[in-house]
Amino acid sequence: MPRVALVDYELCNLDSIRRALEICGAIPYVCKNGDALRDADMIVLPGVGAFGTAMKNLTASGLASSLKEQAARGVPLLGICLGMQLLAATSEEGGQNDGLALIGGDVVVLDGALTGERVPHMGWNSIDVQADDEPLFRSLPPSPNFYFVHSYHFRVADPRDVIGTTTYCGAFASVVRHGNICGTQFHPEKSQRVGFQLLENFLKQ
Amino acid sequence: MLKLRVMPTLLYKENTLVKGVRFASDRRCGSALQALKVYNRREVDELVFLDIAATGAGRPPDFTLIDELADECFMPMTVGGGVSKPAHIGQLLAVGADKVAVNSAALSDPDLIVEGARLYGKQCIVASIDVRHEDGDWRVYSHSGSRATAYDAVSWAREAERLGAGEILLTSIDRDGTRTGYDVEITRRVTAAVSIPVIASGGAGEFSHMAEVLRDGGASAVSAASIYHFTQKTPLEAKTYLQAEGFNVRL
Repeated sequence: MPRVALVDYELCNLDSIRRALEICGAIPYVCKNGDALRDADMIVLPGVGAFGTAMKNLTASGLASSLKEQAARGVPLLGICLGMQLLAATSEEGGQNDGLALIGGDVVVLDGALTGERVPHMGWNSIDVQADDEPLFRSLPPSPNFYFVHSYHFRVADPRDVIGTTTYCGAFASVVRHGNICGTQFHPEKSQRVGFQLLENFLKQ
Repeated sequence: MLKLRVMPTLLYKENTLVKGVRFASDRRCGSALQALKVYNRREVDELVFLDIAATGAGRPPDFTLIDELADECFMPMTVGGGVSKPAHIGQLLAVGADKVAVNSAALSDPDLIVEGARLYGKQCIVASIDVRHEDGDWRVYSHSGSRATAYDAVSWAREAERLGAGEILLTSIDRDGTRTGYDVEITRRVTAAVSIPVIASGGAGEFSHMAEVLRDGGASAVSAASIYHFTQKTPLEAKTYLQAEGFNVRL
């Protein structure tokens, strides 16, 4: 069973993702500093909270540099919600902030004015798969529904890094992958059967 | 496409779940943990859990209880009741709530919403608004419907959005527990006044009531309690009905 580091930058609850990973066959452990990250077979970067505070905490604890190091070594990394947005180069949430820059692109606000849709994007929405044979999507039904709750989205620079899109305020990148680094804008740990399937898929890579 | 949500609401008071009529005469209806496990198994869209005795008793949320419940909960959960300072929001998120509902305290101290949104993001701040239809107007009440405030529903909803709330849980006190249908008119007025999602609450007795408030009230979600506690109806049946009526739901 893979040892999965759950990156703790003290903004959000890790219980549900930890329990979900256990049920899906992993040995998760909470990781509060850069050194602890080095023992991980895989890394999950969860996230609720504000981008700027998250990056500040990640940097201060040495997690940011260690995350980049492990990512460069090829350790599989999954960012969830804010965790996916942190993979970007920058974000405009609460002023301009630098991200981990593991996948090219920037995080911008969802603009509901264009389509008259309500923001935050909150609730269950479907994914349109944009990649063939993507391991994360194995055994999922067509256009699976996942649980979203966010006001910003990741505008990915290279379209090849976008492996799933979702229609809301136009279409945005809801699942990304660049090599060993992937991310979901939705919460698989709150998305019941399909969410657990996706986590299992991540663990089996 | 974003789905309309069907959400059971659990009201908690003195160690048990309760459900009353017009915010009074509560009937006991079982254990919170058992109910949560059932809804978990049934894969409901989302759950609302409100500790309706906390504010009246002047106590903070029961973090230990929420921690226990959250451990069994693999669906999104909004938690409210007794939230009176930003630290309460942080603690509830820390023990496993996905969103936190603020009500009475936000009415007297709007900074609760401002700070909550700044620290934890507006997407996890739900403004819970209880309203009574009086003299052609809809008055906001605090403290579980016991105290009238200076606000009418539409202006407080607008203000809550401006302060940083990410969602509104709009409950009609007049319809609560009556199973006579949602207050479609005030739901329509509030959804027209704000651009954040609105959960309609209070009055569901038939699935057609849900269809009505989604279609004519513009709600993004329907919450209900009595219909699930006191009849054989389930959230899944509600969604099956809504889908047959042409609504976009997750089945």
